[in-house]
Amino acid sequence: MTNPILRMENIVKTFPGVVANRGVSLEVARGEVHALLGENGAGKTVLMSVLYGLFPPDSGEILLGGQPVSIHSPKDAIDHKIGMVHQHFMLEPTLTVAENIILGQYPPFAVLNRKRMGEVHDRIRRLSEEFELAIDPVAYVQTLSVGEQQWVEILKVLYHGADLLILDEPTAVLTPQETARLLKFLRDLVQKGMTAIFISHKLEEVMQVSDRVTVLRDGQVIGTCETRETNPRELARMMVGRDVLVDLPRRSSTSGEPVLVVRNLRVRDARGLPAVKGVSLMVREGEIVGIAGVSGNGQTELALALAGLSDDFDFDEIMLANQSLTKKQLLNLDQFQTAHIPEDRQKMGVILPFSVAENFVIEEFRGSRFSRLGFLRRQAIHDYSLDLVRKFGIRVASVNDEIANLSGGNQQKVVVARELERHPRFLLVNQPTRGIDVGATEFVHRQILEERQEGTAILLISTDLEEVFALSDRILVMFEGKIVGELPPDRSLLEEAGLMMAGNRR
Amino acid sequence: MTILAFAGGVLAATWRMATPLIFASVGEVFAERSGVINLGLEGIMLLGAFGAYAVTFYTGSLWLGVLAALAIGLLLGLLFALFTVTIKANQIVVGVALNLVGSGVSGFLFRSIFLNSDFPSLNIVSFNNMSIPILSRIPFIGPVLFQTNMLVYLTVFLVPLASFLLYKTSFGLSVRTVGEHPKAADTMGVSVSRIRYVCVVAGSMLAAVGGASLTLAFANQFVEDMVSGRGFIALAAVVFGAWSPWGATGASLLFGAFYALQLRVQAMNNVLLPYQFLQVLPYVATILALVSIRNRAQSPKALGVPYQS
Repeated sequence: MTNPILRMENIVKTFPGVVANRGVSLEVARGEVHALLGENGAGKTVLMSVLYGLFPPDSGEILLGGQPVSIHSPKDAIDHKIGMVHQHFMLEPTLTVAENIILGQYPPFAVLNRKRMGEVHDRIRRLSEEFELAIDPVAYVQTLSVGEQQWVEILKVLYHGADLLILDEPTAVLTPQETARLLKFLRDLVQKGMTAIFISHKLEEVMQVSDRVTVLRDGQVIGTCETRETNPRELARMMVGRDVLVDLPRRSSTSGEPVLVVRNLRVRDARGLPAVKGVSLMVREGEIVGIAGVSGNGQTELALALAGLSDDFDFDEIMLANQSLTKKQLLNLDQFQTAHIPEDRQKMGVILPFSVAENFVIEEFRGSRFSRLGFLRRQAIHDYSLDLVRKFGIRVASVNDEIANLSGGNQQKVVVARELERHPRFLLVNQPTRGIDVGATEFVHRQILEERQEGTAILLISTDLEEVFALSDRILVMFEGKIVGELPPDRSLLEEAGLMMAGNRR
Repeated sequence: MTILAFAGGVLAATWRMATPLIFASVGEVFAERSGVINLGLEGIMLLGAFGAYAVTFYTGSLWLGVLAALAIGLLLGLLFALFTVTIKANQIVVGVALNLVGSGVSGFLFRSIFLNSDFPSLNIVSFNNMSIPILSRIPFIGPVLFQTNMLVYLTVFLVPLASFLLYKTSFGLSVRTVGEHPKAADTMGVSVSRIRYVCVVAGSMLAAVGGASLTLAFANQFVEDMVSGRGFIALAAVVFGAWSPWGATGASLLFGAFYALQLRVQAMNNVLLPYQFLQVLPYVATILALVSIRNRAQSPKALGVPYQS
């Protein structure tokens, strides 16, 4: 390599019980976009956190511009002109953009008076103009949209003079248009001589933006290749270790009678503000209706209301299997053969300190199948759990292990297995594959399609547009609490869907 | 006694009665804004009160007594931070333990050194009231604001300084972020544990001085468990004051007013209520205050949560 800006050699990083990086070496050339590709849990974020000084490595060496450096804290990283945009926002919403940007950059007793802040604001405005970002330094972060916050994160890194940028799954929260803009921005950035490390598990983005790709799997480097000499299929194989079907075969099915009919549903969010503003929809037997949209447009509240978990909602009519439901019945949905795969697996889907077996029977343990005279029938629960573990290919040492010890993908499989075993007539699925790896995603998708084949009516809510297009029979686009349009799952309409998600009606 | 004189008397005592609360609650604002809840305020105040008393008793110097309280606050703050920030123990449990230690140690030392001794008197000379020339002679306002002692006057400087530090300096920005989103602070190179140590220790030192004001400025003696719940009322004042130094001061003054009121009413000899009912007043006021704001104030999001990078 002619001019490596960064070399990481044999980085080993272990956490109690987990080896995250087993001797990872990485070389990044000056002025390139280097993609770091891998499934969740492959060790990408850990590797970059080591580089950014968040964790010390157990062993290994970091060289910047050929010189060995020791980076013990993010402060050291910033001093070495390394900047990182983290997977989760590192912005404090109650502070202004400028306050977030200058955090920790002055000596403790430096007074942040009008003069100093004025200079900071001017610098942010200049930088913002230079990169065409239109960010107001005095705006409070909580008033910005998710997309704008992502730009603030990037501006923050640029403000501190980074010339090596690490971006950890930066497009996860963006609309397709915003994503395209970000990818173009990265290309412009490297034109100006900067270097970017782009972490992702999305193959198309990696193909689009990067010069070279390093694939990680199980904490090891599988290989590094020139992007233009490879293809998505090869990358997917390197990532997962076997062939993956990127597009699932879809069998046509004749959809039947309406199972769920919703007329004019209104829901308020936790703060009491209207989040769903009059949604009407229908889902038929054997049909998957997808709801696309950028997160935060009322999908969470819609799902909670339909799952009977909201307490501030109203509707003109909700019919489930030809039966009109009252509000009270909706709050006690269990009896109506519905199932719910919730958005936040760790908060609503499973109880983390409970065992896998306990999580399997958490909805049914009071029935005669799993308890007798108030005592749990341990053998029955054990057998049932083993059965599900085998059927759904869940990787677990013992069903009595705490579910917290499972990977995200396996936790999600537990939720899916439990809900599908209820053999519902109506299935509500919210963000079924968020934060799980490609293998598990493929599995969950197959299960959902199989369930459709059996005639279940399925409402799929997802912010992953690819997922909505891959699974749905009809797509509804949600924006600011309303359904703003309906599309067939035709990939040529992806861009159109993106525009609708951003509020541009067709 | 005229109503005006009665009101004046209550108001003059209000600031004095609020002083220990102001010291403790303003200090606790810093600890809590950085994400650490120090339930051990009561114990720290008690040891501060005892330490200040003992040192003043032997040396005769009130300011050495204050210094002793600061030193005790420093040590207890370091101890508390060691357990809650470094070892990441449960903050509530450590706080309760600190209260038990404070009560036990101060009681034990007081009995073994002072009670079973042959000192002719256990009294110390406490801080005198200092009248500020001219201003103190303004009718009504004079006695309320300008005839009190040094420790009470100190709060006039403490509160604006605390507010300035928290809202107008780089340090304050770090503190506020560490209490809300510690990871964001960490990724910007701010050491979460260093900020928390500084805030906990500073808060503990102020609480110890608040305790010392009880022995050095009000009573001229130490009495076992003399803090009698003021540490907890200071914690309530932080919540009621919405985690700001001025807010906590306002809440402290409010609770101080109830202490003052019950003292004044007790002093009137034509009141038929048993005095115990009157003594309950500040505590009832605290409970009512907390109930009334249950949903409004927003606590720091990382409050009580140890930071794991």
